[in-house]
Amino acid sequence: MRRRGSAIAWGALGVLALVAVWELYKFLGPADGFVVGAIAGETGSGVMLLPRTNDRSMPHTWDMVARLFESASGGDSPPLIVPVVTAALTTLGIAAAGWLIGVTVGSLLGLVMQRWRLAEWGLLPWIVVSQTVPLIAFAPIVSSIGTQIDRGGTPWPQWLSVAVIASYLAFFPVAVGVLRGLEAPDRIHLDLMRTYAAGYWPTLLRLRLPAAVPHLLPALRLAAANAVVGAVVAEVSIGMRGGIGRMLIQLAGQGSSDPAAPWGPTFGSIALGLVAAGSVALIGLGLKNYRRGEATA
Amino acid sequence: MSTLAVQAAGVGKTFATKTGDVVALTGVELTVEAGEFVSLIGPSGCGKSTLLRLIADLDTASAGELQIFGKPAHQARLDQDYGIAFQQAGLLPWRTVASNIALPLELHGMSRAERSTRVAELAALVGLSDFVDRYPDQLSGGMQQRVAIARALAEQPRLLLMDEPFGALDEMTREYLQAELTRITAETGAAVVFVTHSIPEAVFLSDRVVVMSPRPGRITDILPTGLGAVRDEALRESSEYFERVTAVREALHGSPVDRANER
Repeated sequence: MRRRGSAIAWGALGVLALVAVWELYKFLGPADGFVVGAIAGETGSGVMLLPRTNDRSMPHTWDMVARLFESASGGDSPPLIVPVVTAALTTLGIAAAGWLIGVTVGSLLGLVMQRWRLAEWGLLPWIVVSQTVPLIAFAPIVSSIGTQIDRGGTPWPQWLSVAVIASYLAFFPVAVGVLRGLEAPDRIHLDLMRTYAAGYWPTLLRLRLPAAVPHLLPALRLAAANAVVGAVVAEVSIGMRGGIGRMLIQLAGQGSSDPAAPWGPTFGSIALGLVAAGSVALIGLGLKNYRRGEATA
Repeated sequence: MSTLAVQAAGVGKTFATKTGDVVALTGVELTVEAGEFVSLIGPSGCGKSTLLRLIADLDTASAGELQIFGKPAHQARLDQDYGIAFQQAGLLPWRTVASNIALPLELHGMSRAERSTRVAELAALVGLSDFVDRYPDQLSGGMQQRVAIARALAEQPRLLLMDEPFGALDEMTREYLQAELTRITAETGAAVVFVTHSIPEAVFLSDRVVVMSPRPGRITDILPTGLGAVRDEALRESSEYFERVTAVREALHGSPVDRANER
């Protein structure tokens, strides 16, 4: 209990430190930044070494928070926090779908690679290479395939494309984690299962999977973070409405007149990532006994 | 129908390595009677663990014939004719003591009710009835090893294979578990093949001590101890026990006269 308390305290301290650095620089830094090699009369020339600290570039942190509770777009519209939360929940749902697809695909790949060494040689390099393809290049392809399937009669909503793109980032840590995890059992345990004349499936169920848990949990957490990032980027690159990614771009566009507004969805996406990682941590709580080996070994 | 637990004729094992074939074991002639306690002793590299792994069908012999209860080793493994314990207890850390002992029973489809009865018996046999709900990391090394022995005995095997099971334990725990083991094997009537590098341990436990030698791994001597059925603390201080220990030591190192000749 005391450890949890101090963890919360350290977390809060970290946030406070960040706020302090931001405000301190805003207070001390030059209002128009520091630019070298600028040519007089030519805007945007030269190299900016220090950012501007005026309210348009760096709004006060308290203004950012206060903006969340002011009307979203003037008039009778609800406070900004309402659309931010709605958009964040939309993206969370899509990211969760992407996480599920990614975990399923990644687990299957990991299982296949562990079962057949040849599959590992054949697949693993491609899996690694797959992660070097930029999401921005990959997203429109998925989107257009989705549209074609939709036209062909099978319903394929736009969010499904986003989920598939998110899963593309999410499956990678799972595939690698499952592979390493299933190979984690000690030689002695594998020998033991062999003396029991236990075949592939009993060994998988009673030895390899339980032994994989300590490798699996970080993989699932990484997958959750990747799914959130993937969903946000995918929303932007295929132009889906209603999610936090789209909202970020939209409000950033209005940044010069309403500088605190884009920070709303920024906070929203941070909260989103925390909720996603926290949900996976809950899975870890239920599997505590499978992590006993970590302390002793 | 053979009553021999183990029958090895001309058994050899060669491992292929990058630098060429390594002969781990050659020309092994050994029989173990049902209910007999046999120790394999020798310096590292003498192939004692290899021989045990061949009997357990964890490796396959490259020469000769090896029969367990009159069957090929492979068949004996499939039929679950032996129980095995290693130097490390090898308990699954996520399972309680009870469910570690139950693992082989569970794998071979024994019903839950029968399982819990059998586990209670086994826990009592190794003196761990009060610890069945603990996890392995909550037990001492000696207790973990007792769980491993209970697990090896779970299916009432007629043959028990043990690879230096007490090698990692302190001397006091070791002597205690040796006495326990002689009691348990007397109760169960199982034959035992016991790998060790401790001469006193081999003599205290065994009906016969098999002395092995390296490069290439082979049997150089088989010494009956003739110490009878009762193995207790008094035996450890008896003169015949010391005589046997000396005999095994000389068989291992060669007699002083042999040494002189070597020089």
